[in-house]
Order: sequence, then C-alpha cells, then structure tokens
Amino acid sequence: MSIEVKKLSKTYGKQVAVNQIDFKVNTGEIVGFLGPNGAGKSTTMKMITGFIPPSSGGGTVCDTDFVEQSIEVRKIVGYLPENNPLYPEMFIKEYLTFMAGLSQVKDIKNAVDHAIEITRLVPERHKKIGQLSKGYRQRVGLAQALLHNPKVLILDEPTSGLDPIQVSEMRHVITDLGKEKTVMLSTHIMQEVEAMCERVIMINRGTIVADEKLIELKSNHQSSLEEIFKKLTQNVDPI
Amino acid sequence: MWTLYKKEIRSYLGSLIAYIVIGVYLVLTGLFLWFVDGNNVFDLGIASLQVMFDIAPYILIFLVSAITMKSIADEKRLGTLEILTTKPISDTAIILAKFLASITLISFALMLTSVYAYTISNLANPIGNVDWGAMMGSYLGLLLLSACYTSIGLFSSSVTDNQIVALLSSMVISFFFYNVLSLLGDVSWLDSVGRSLSWFGLEFHYNSISRGVVDTRDVVYFGGFTAVFLGFTQLVFESRKW
Repeated sequence: MSIEVKKLSKTYGKQVAVNQIDFKVNTGEIVGFLGPNGAGKSTTMKMITGFIPPSSGGGTVCDTDFVEQSIEVRKIVGYLPENNPLYPEMFIKEYLTFMAGLSQVKDIKNAVDHAIEITRLVPERHKKIGQLSKGYRQRVGLAQALLHNPKVLILDEPTSGLDPIQVSEMRHVITDLGKEKTVMLSTHIMQEVEAMCERVIMINRGTIVADEKLIELKSNHQSSLEEIFKKLTQNVDPI
Repeated sequence: MWTLYKKEIRSYLGSLIAYIVIGVYLVLTGLFLWFVDGNNVFDLGIASLQVMFDIAPYILIFLVSAITMKSIADEKRLGTLEILTTKPISDTAIILAKFLASITLISFALMLTSVYAYTISNLANPIGNVDWGAMMGSYLGLLLLSACYTSIGLFSSSVTDNQIVALLSSMVISFFFYNVLSLLGDVSWLDSVGRSLSWFGLEFHYNSISRGVVDTRDVVYFGGFTAVFLGFTQLVFESRKW
C-alpha cells in the first residue's frame, strides 16, 4: 500500500477543511483527487507531504507514518505544490542541483540530467527560470519532484494554467511516470482524469463523496464524469 | 543543511547585495576613520581603531537588516517555503543555514577592515605599538553583535512576506536593543532600574568586550541573545502548523 490515510482531519479555527477522511492508494496506481475549489484537496496533500500537520488522524506513505516520521516520508515522496513556486533568478540546472542536494541525492549530476530529460526540458536547460514560459516552469516543478526518484508522486494541479498542447504533453509525462510510480494528482478538470487516472477519489467540503475505479464509477451512475462530479459536489444547498 | 547554506551564499554573490553591503561597510567605516573632520585618526592623534569600533555597530544595524530582510520573507512571498519544508530537512536546519550564510558574509566584510588595522599599526610610534588586545576584543565584539543582529533580522523576516517591513522592523528592534536600552541607564529618575535595564542592552556587553577582556558573561549573553531570537524565528516558522 503506497498511501494510506486514516481519519485525517484539519480544522482552521472553527472551519473544518478536511473532515475525517479515509482512503488508500495502491502501489503503481494513478489516482485522481477531484473536488471543487476549496474542497480540501490541497490541504490533504500538504498534510501528507509534511508541510502542515493534521489536527487529528494520520496515515502512512509506504508504511512510514507521515506525521511521526515526516522527514523519512519526504525522502520517498516527490511533491509539486499548487502554483508551482520557483526561484525566478536561478538557472534551471542550478535550481535542480540545489533541490537534489536538499533531497539528499547521491549522484546529483546524473539525477539532474535524468530529470531534465524525462520532463523534456533539454532545449531550455541553460535558461533562467524567470525566462521560461509557464509550461516549461511547470516542467521544472515536476523535475524538482522527480530528482530523488521517489516512489510516490503527489502533484497538486499539475496542469493548471497551461495551454492545450502543454496540457497534453504534461499528461504524457505523467502517464509515463505512472508506469513505475504511484501518482496522486489533484485537479478539477474532468478530461484530465479521464485521460490519466485509473481511479478517482472525489472530495467535497472536506468529506469523500466517491472512491471508485473510473469505469465502475461511470457505469454505476450511467452518465459522464462531469455529470457525476456536478451531482456529487453540488447536492448541498448554497448558503 | 550545507546545500542550503551554499545556495544562500551563492544568491548573495549572484545578486548585488553582497557587494553593496561590503562596499558600503568599507566606505562608511573608512570615511569615519580617516576623513570625517573632528575625530578621525589624524585629529585625535591616537593609533587606534576606536572611531571605527564606535560607529560600526550603527552601520551594522542597517547592513545586517538589509542582508537578512530577504531570507525568509522572500521564500514566503514566492511560496518556495513550501518546497523547502517538504524536503528532508528540518526547520531548525533551514534557519541555521540561513543564519550561518549571513554571518559568513558579515565576517568577510569585518575581515576586510584588517587593512585599516595594518595601516594603523604602521602609523603608530614605534611601529606596531597598538593595543592589539582591545582591537581583537572589539573585532570579536562586532562579530558577536552581528550574530545578534542577524538573529533579529531573521526573526523580522519570518514574521512577514514583505521585505521592507522586515528591514524596518529589524532595524527598529536592533536599535532598541543596542542603543535605547543603554540610554535608559542614563535616565536619572530611573536610577538603578535604568542601570539594570542597560545591562540587558547589547551596547553594555559590546563595550565590555571591546576593552579587550573577553568575559564569559558577555559571550554567554551574546550567545543567549542570538539563541533566543533564533528560537523565536523557529516558533514563527512553525506557526504555519497551528
């Protein structure tokens, strides 16, 4: 079991962002984490990667507790945060070398070259990050997450803000990666999920509303994924 | 941790900050020591760097604040703090790496003024007749003082994502601890209370160590002061988890 989450909760003051969720992600799966904005997707991912601790509950990544042994978990997880933060004044190679060092990679040079290759950054590799287009920046962010050859990838909206060509390239890269790694990616774009994911976890207002194989989910509801998404996430009356 | 340290040093050298800071420090101390009328070395006729050691703490307040203002505030603004803190490195290591990088830069600037020390010792009569003990003590004092300023600077940088706010608050806090507290010792109606307060000020201990007698109490004070502010920084750093 690659990721296992048990009764995970996060509350900010009185506001409940994530409410006692349970789910599992099997080794080698590509799982889509779906939900409207503010549903708790990012918060859940931040808790698994150790950026913020949960208010209660917890779980494991590859049988390592991500609350108690956060540092160990960070070594086996590659994380691309939402909005893909980067240092604009650094060169791509410089940045990746720095990140590889932080991730305690042994053969830094090879790791950097390899990451540049699989994210198809080769033609731009000598540029400064600030000079790159959004699509290439996103790839730098992904390369950063791949450097230490993690078993698990957690990608928070990896295709947001990209043009259609960049989106389809990004999908190819992620699908390729999914052959060897466990991937959990969040999005609110339905085509994304249909193109890449085998399984879907849907979350709304901090609770899980669906956790099924994509094919089963569709056959159970007898409608398109978008219809299902609308049905499951908008059934609560607006205030 | 050393990876982050190296990156910090490289980013100082890559941006203009390092050169400006070192340049400004040398120019200002040089001006006050040799050129500004009234109490430069030639007017006083004493072969001593005392003029520089008197003015340097004030220059350092500004320069150290300028160096540290970016260190955490900018990571917050860019969001890269999230990348940094989800790598296998502890919060303490992140803060220490940034602290050591700033200290390295400052020590380099301090070291360059040894040229002044050499000049002074050649001006002395007979040549080399300089109070080396007091000079070494003062250099050590400046270094320890810089450590305190740096910890204040990191703390200020951690409470905001705006560099200007970080710069100003760092300068105000540093000035308060260096100068305002020791001024309280001179307020007559505060009497002994004022004098005790001045003991908590940085200037009191800096002056004490400048005389060339390295008293462990002073060193412990500087070390403790730095540790306290680095501790505050860590607290703020972890406040994202509350």
